[in-house]
Amino acid sequence: MSDCRRQWNREDELPVYLAGPINTGPNQKKTYGMFSSVEGAFESKTIDFDNYAVGRKGSRTPRSGSRERVLDAREGSLTNSTGETDDAHPGVEVRYSSGKEIPNGESERLLIKGGRVVNDDQSLYADVYIEDGLIKQVGENLANGRMVIPGGIDVNTCLMKHYLGTQPADDFLQGTKAALAGGTTMIIDHVTPAPGESLLEAFECWQEAADKKACCDYSLHVDIPQWNEIVKDELELLVQEKGINSFQVYMAYKDTYQMSDSQLYEAFSFLKQLGAVVLVHAENGDLIAQEQRKILGMGITGPEGHPLSRPEELEAEAVFRAITLGNRVNCPVYITKVMSKSAADTIAQARRKGSVVFGEPITASLVTDGSHYWSRNWAKAAAYVTSPPLSPDPTTPDHLNTLLACGDLQVVGSAHCAYSTSQKAIGKDDFTLIPEGTNGVEERMGFVWDKAVAMGKMDENQFVAVTSTNAAKIFNLYPRKGRIAVGSDADIVIWDPYSVKTITAKLQQSASEYNIFEGLECRGGPVLVLSQGRVVYEEGKLQAQQGTGRFIPRKHFPDYAYQRVKFRNQVKKQQGVTRGLYDGPVYDVVPTPKYITPAPSAKTSPISHQPPPIRNLHQSNFSLSGAQLDDNIPRRSGHRIVAPPGGRSNITSLG
Amino acid sequence: MPGPGYLNSDRLLIKGGRIVNDDQSFHADIYMEDGLIKQIGDNLIVPGGVKTIEANGKMVIPGGIDIHTHFQMPYRGTTTVDDFAQGSKAALAGGTTMIVDHVIPDPGCSLMAAYDQWRQWADEKSCCDYSLHVDITHWNDSVKQEVENLIKEKGVNSFQVYMAYKDYYQMSNSELYDIFTFLAERGGIAEVHAENGEIIAEEQTRMLQMGITGPEGHVLSRPEELEAEAVFRAITIASQTNCPLYVTRVMSKSAADIISQARKKGHVVFGEPITASLGTDGTHYWSKNWAKAASFVTSPPLSPDPTTPDYLNTLLSSGDLSVTGSAHCTFSVAQKAIGKDDFTQIPEGVNGVEERMTLIWDKAVTTGKMDENMFVAVTSTNAAKILNLYPRKGRIAVGSDADLVIWDTDSIRTITAKTHNSATEYNVFEGMELRGAPQVVICQGKIVLEDGNLHVTSGVGRFIPCSPFPDFAYKRIKRNNIVNLAVLRAVPRGMYDGPVSEFSMSRGGTPSASARNSPTKQPVRNLHQSAFSLAGPPTPDDIPIRPAGRRIVVPPGGRSNITTLS
Repeated sequence: MSDCRRQWNREDELPVYLAGPINTGPNQKKTYGMFSSVEGAFESKTIDFDNYAVGRKGSRTPRSGSRERVLDAREGSLTNSTGETDDAHPGVEVRYSSGKEIPNGESERLLIKGGRVVNDDQSLYADVYIEDGLIKQVGENLANGRMVIPGGIDVNTCLMKHYLGTQPADDFLQGTKAALAGGTTMIIDHVTPAPGESLLEAFECWQEAADKKACCDYSLHVDIPQWNEIVKDELELLVQEKGINSFQVYMAYKDTYQMSDSQLYEAFSFLKQLGAVVLVHAENGDLIAQEQRKILGMGITGPEGHPLSRPEELEAEAVFRAITLGNRVNCPVYITKVMSKSAADTIAQARRKGSVVFGEPITASLVTDGSHYWSRNWAKAAAYVTSPPLSPDPTTPDHLNTLLACGDLQVVGSAHCAYSTSQKAIGKDDFTLIPEGTNGVEERMGFVWDKAVAMGKMDENQFVAVTSTNAAKIFNLYPRKGRIAVGSDADIVIWDPYSVKTITAKLQQSASEYNIFEGLECRGGPVLVLSQGRVVYEEGKLQAQQGTGRFIPRKHFPDYAYQRVKFRNQVKKQQGVTRGLYDGPVYDVVPTPKYITPAPSAKTSPISHQPPPIRNLHQSNFSLSGAQLDDNIPRRSGHRIVAPPGGRSNITSLG
Repeated sequence: MPGPGYLNSDRLLIKGGRIVNDDQSFHADIYMEDGLIKQIGDNLIVPGGVKTIEANGKMVIPGGIDIHTHFQMPYRGTTTVDDFAQGSKAALAGGTTMIVDHVIPDPGCSLMAAYDQWRQWADEKSCCDYSLHVDITHWNDSVKQEVENLIKEKGVNSFQVYMAYKDYYQMSNSELYDIFTFLAERGGIAEVHAENGEIIAEEQTRMLQMGITGPEGHVLSRPEELEAEAVFRAITIASQTNCPLYVTRVMSKSAADIISQARKKGHVVFGEPITASLGTDGTHYWSKNWAKAASFVTSPPLSPDPTTPDYLNTLLSSGDLSVTGSAHCTFSVAQKAIGKDDFTQIPEGVNGVEERMTLIWDKAVTTGKMDENMFVAVTSTNAAKILNLYPRKGRIAVGSDADLVIWDTDSIRTITAKTHNSATEYNVFEGMELRGAPQVVICQGKIVLEDGNLHVTSGVGRFIPCSPFPDFAYKRIKRNNIVNLAVLRAVPRGMYDGPVSEFSMSRGGTPSASARNSPTKQPVRNLHQSAFSLAGPPTPDDIPIRPAGRRIVVPPGGRSNITTLS
């Protein structure tokens, strides 16, 4: 519990009573019947809010300016107590208790009435009272209303990933607007420093840009472009002072971002000590480089060369290797952008064997496939270019949705990184130069509903889990984000499972000309989106405000990933065997040079004459004199391995 | 001492045997002359002066082929205790009539020189026929040339590469890709020692830091996951390059599983468990007797999971693993003791050439996992096929070499270092009771084992050249090549003539790319040399060149929705 509390950003703004998501009053141990939905749901209705205002910094939320509004989530017509009515859509009723409309209110008192609150563990009919951007009360009701779900968390966006000097079409403003329009109230963006660039500077640069522009709360992953001592210091600083707990390493992009297995091992070990989550871009970069050369050599320069040079086997191979490394280091591994069946299967198998590994499919891989790379329209084909590529196997999306539904894959990102067609055209004569990235931040929630829930693969609770809760748990934002509970942030979406819309670039919030989901019908969508307790999206109208997004720092050692790791650390302590000293004959080894073999003359490379990894025997710390396990056992003087010096003898009888 | 039968052994008749090949078993007599099988059938008409062996209905099988040995292997100024004479003698005693040894050139040394050296050693001493694998321990253009010559002129068709032994033998992924590509073009088999050397190096350092210096550190620093990982990677690379892959020394369940999964997906991959992995496990690394623990040290290590041998035998029986070797590489205890204070220094290798056939019979056939025909397949026939020696070796047929074994299914013997033919003091199978043993062994048409007496002659072993493109592996590879080419075709498109945003190739335009410390060039391609052309694609015949009206209309500079064009 104490950990939960420490992770909060502005602790002083939090109600003093907040010790857990719901438990509030002294009655918390009281057991309710199985039909009772929320512990403490009743006593929380009696809270005197003025009590909790004590000690709060009220500058952001002058109480005089706050208003109370009631959102009626019952099935029925939407009415606004101020007189504005919109009877065209059945659904949400919006009422302000004060009766006044506040266009830009910093803070509102809101009541969502008659909704069905859906968390990852249960659904219940409850009203939600919101004040100052936090959920203050959740109380049971008996209405049959709309789904009220925690706002989505998109764990993978790249809104500032510059490519050869150009910026993505969607910046933090455009990207977060798109996110909010799709029901996502928090994004975690990737800071991508160029190799050689300071991680810290890059982080600050990203944070500055996001603070200016973001319309919803955000956090940042930091990508590690290379591995050295300076990076280590920066990582430590980022974890301990900047609130970053997730870092991405690359197994692809040879000669730029790619790390060798040894570096990965070191990076994993180091990040584990810091308690960070290791994100892995898993593709075998060495082989991709070779394949790209081959494909270009064959005269294939169009976007189809992209998937041809990055077959899904290379993704699966790297995933397997990353998991192996994770197992060795005993460190949680998070695979970003799971794009293929074989990669997903590898993750599923590893989880079955007990590895702590998380898989993140993205909107694109859950919805569409790689057959479009062969489109005759260059611009269309190029729009799909992302890495790892979409699999040309058309059964992939269905398979990934199934694994997502059964829990083998845990979170859904979008990897939203939108480039305009003219930017994509940088690679018009060479597919290796096409900037990589697809859209998806806006469509993410809708398509998970459409492809998984509406298809009967997944229930609404699992839907909440994969779109927000799991992400919040892995990255240590839970229960502040990813849950509707007293004390959580008021990032809430009222979800309409029956709305149907056709995706088209003409109506999207993103600035890119091309939407890779163009023409697809999507069931399910947000009716109303609350971010920080404010209505930012309502009935198709976006009321986002630039710069309102806060950076949400994250503590290290998220329980969801690290609890098992901690126990394994204790279990895995390996023990040597204590033996009598071997005192038989030892063959003399020529000390230097190590390899005197018949034909050492034809040496060609001076480097390759490196001796094998021979250790200094004198520094070897094998000793019977130190503290040993058998210290309490008297030394057995008669224990000698008898072998006549130099002679051959059968000592097998000793075994 | 040569017995009376030995003198007349140029002409031999085996009467009343049941011939067991990999495809069928049948009763027939076999007549051999000049080291070849001349006739098979009933009531054969044979010349006089023939030594006749009564098989009394016992199995007659092709002599075993041990596809993986390290006889007389140099190691840091010493050599393994079994030289070609001692090793091949042990092989014959166990019913193996041909061995395939690994030539291991030092990194930087000439492959050809090493090959010649091994040929010389083996020609001098070997008591049975042999072939050679050559290990590729470094990779450059001169090695390439040597590999080519070895394939074309020297009768080597299989080359081993290492994914372990960092900074020494280990190859990078790119090098592996190059080597596999090269071998696939030349008809070679890529053999791979599959372990992730980089992680092993890290783990070794960690173990030594923890104060673990005994042989248990060997297995702790080389967990089976690292073997499985490398196998997975090797298969991926082989499938990208469409090269047949042969995984030497399959030691763990997880590695074997990866191979069998890959085979089910259609990859051309062969797995070779060894005598030790089929017969024993890695629990002995924790033995209190240092010498005993050290004698089990081999790489990849024996798995500490005691169910491993049974599992591997099952996969061998089902055909998921294809051949068996012994990886016989024996060091005396004094040699092993080089690493008495540091497990990373213990010379690696276990015995197994003599026990191989018997052990498989005991663990797989008598347990009901495998039939006698499969036994022949995994002990000789499949190896002969992979090495392109079939049907000269690995089959009892007219015209094949007279290497055969009369197999006694009922004999039971206990393995012990006291009676084995290897020169090593320690036998990793010590104390095991194994059913099934050779009763008579005939090598090159001569009886070498009869009535428990071994009559071997050093130096009679011939080098058997292996030719490239063995059908067993390459038939599928050739077909795959055709299929793959069909997939790899460019899409004929109108030229993109819309706006292109400005960009800086050097990435210098990005806010702070100045601190680049590596001089490595960005993987930027010269667009002028880019081969994009509509005239060029492999088979452009069926497609009209450049549909005239096909243009991507984008107003220059302006943003527009061009989605409607699709």
